[in-house]
Amino acid sequence: MSLAVAPRADTAPRERGEASDPLVRLEAVSKTFANGTVALAGLDLVIGRHEFVSLLGPSGCGKSTALRLIAGLTRPTSGRIRGPEGAARGAVGFVFQEPTLMPWATVFDNVWLPLRLQGIGRRQAEGRVAEALAMVGLAEFARAYPRELSGGMKMRVSIARALVTRPSLLLMDEPFAALDEITRLKLNDELLALWRAQSWTVVFVTHSVYESVYLSTRIVVMAPRPGRVVADLPIEAPWPRDEAFRTSPAYNALCRRVSAELHRAMGS
Amino acid sequence: MASALEPATASLPAAPDPTERAPGDDRLARILAPAFIAVLVVVGWEAIVRLNEIPHYILPGPSLVARELVESWPILWPSLLITVKIAGLALLAAVVGGVGLALLCSISKWIELSLFPYAVVLQVTPVVSIAPLILIYVDEPLTAVVLCAWIVAFFPILSNTMLGLASADHNLRDLFELYGASRWQQLLLLRLPTALPYFLGGLRIAGGLALIGAVVAEYVAGTAGTGTGLAFRVLEAQYRLNIPRMFAGLLLLALTGVAIYLLFSALSHLLLHRWHESAVRRER
Repeated sequence: MSLAVAPRADTAPRERGEASDPLVRLEAVSKTFANGTVALAGLDLVIGRHEFVSLLGPSGCGKSTALRLIAGLTRPTSGRIRGPEGAARGAVGFVFQEPTLMPWATVFDNVWLPLRLQGIGRRQAEGRVAEALAMVGLAEFARAYPRELSGGMKMRVSIARALVTRPSLLLMDEPFAALDEITRLKLNDELLALWRAQSWTVVFVTHSVYESVYLSTRIVVMAPRPGRVVADLPIEAPWPRDEAFRTSPAYNALCRRVSAELHRAMGS
Repeated sequence: MASALEPATASLPAAPDPTERAPGDDRLARILAPAFIAVLVVVGWEAIVRLNEIPHYILPGPSLVARELVESWPILWPSLLITVKIAGLALLAAVVGGVGLALLCSISKWIELSLFPYAVVLQVTPVVSIAPLILIYVDEPLTAVVLCAWIVAFFPILSNTMLGLASADHNLRDLFELYGASRWQQLLLLRLPTALPYFLGGLRIAGGLALIGAVVAEYVAGTAGTGTGLAFRVLEAQYRLNIPRMFAGLLLLALTGVAIYLLFSALSHLLLHRWHESAVRRER
């Protein structure tokens, strides 16, 4: 099998990314937890504007830790991280594996939260909350409580909440892993449509080869113990991607290639 | 079935299944089943008393207790109000103190480390043994009795609220941090709502305990105390060998405890029924 592994990020022009003006830059970042676990060792990662980058790897490879480092939710043990400006004021949106909604608050109040924390009142926020809810197709559910929604709908609320601040960077930590197949494929399509229409950059953590190939402009394959990058593959598949792409030979070939990389990562 | 009909039928509530019981049945059973037991006990009790000709100063029958309840109502009712007032004041103080201390503990680890052990000591020391001391050092009888009841009611509120304040979802905490939430915003928008169901659970326990505390305090205070609470009336009836009045007083106390429990259950339902699993009716 031909393993034409892509050149590193800093030498390859991206389809939409601009390596010369990166949005996120991690330089020799290491993270060791208090219990001695080395989550990441010497991670270098550059993410250009408007890229859709998937961090793919088995559990324990530090992909979630990398995401939390970019978000500023945890500090590196060593190394340097540069993220987008104004990260604390809504430039970064974060979507967790669980919907992570406040059960006592309505859908509106949940989506309003990031703006509310910035001191924006209910009245002022109304337009932007409605806009975010419309983006994920939940305009009519503003008054519902999370427990009245299905798993997929809860995840959409969670995405709307991440989008309400109009972030330049969207960080997603296995957002669809707990959903059923049908819902997941649907949400994949919706996410891609939104990403193509807007000007964000997405960093998407997943352990699914198929999902990462379908969504990404670039896949960063990571290996565990210690967490590191083992391959950096551009996915130069045509747009728009839809059901036809998911069944095409090109998609299968890409999946095989990424799979092979992943197996190499786990074997080494 | 015509496919055009399906979307319309899908949006309607499911047709009632004849094998399933209507929701009203459940509510009726909830009242009927205990009521049946109550009737059984009352009739059995009355029968035993009458058949064995047990004298009323040893065991009065339910009919005699009921008559005594009506006849001595002018004495019992004001006494009940006093006991309820004691329990209410103690509970109020327990809520203010318990929630206040829990908040302090959540703000500072040092406050928690230095004060919580003493809250436990206060809780595990039997109130019966502390009450006489309190009665010695606190001159005002009402204050002394309220203090005793407060000691009993305070702990469940403190410990439940502390647990609740510490139970905020970790991802939600990360989210608040990501958006640069202040400590005040975290408390108001995340920790307090998370703690609410825990607090209400504590309140339900504390409500009953406050009444028990009030009764114990009145017993210990005896004639030296306030002297007019319902528990004191029961004690007084015992001295006078007025056993029917003892039963009447006990019945009133028990009913008051049930009323307090129902009151806080209703409050809990009112505040939680839209979102909390404990209060949401399960769909089957």
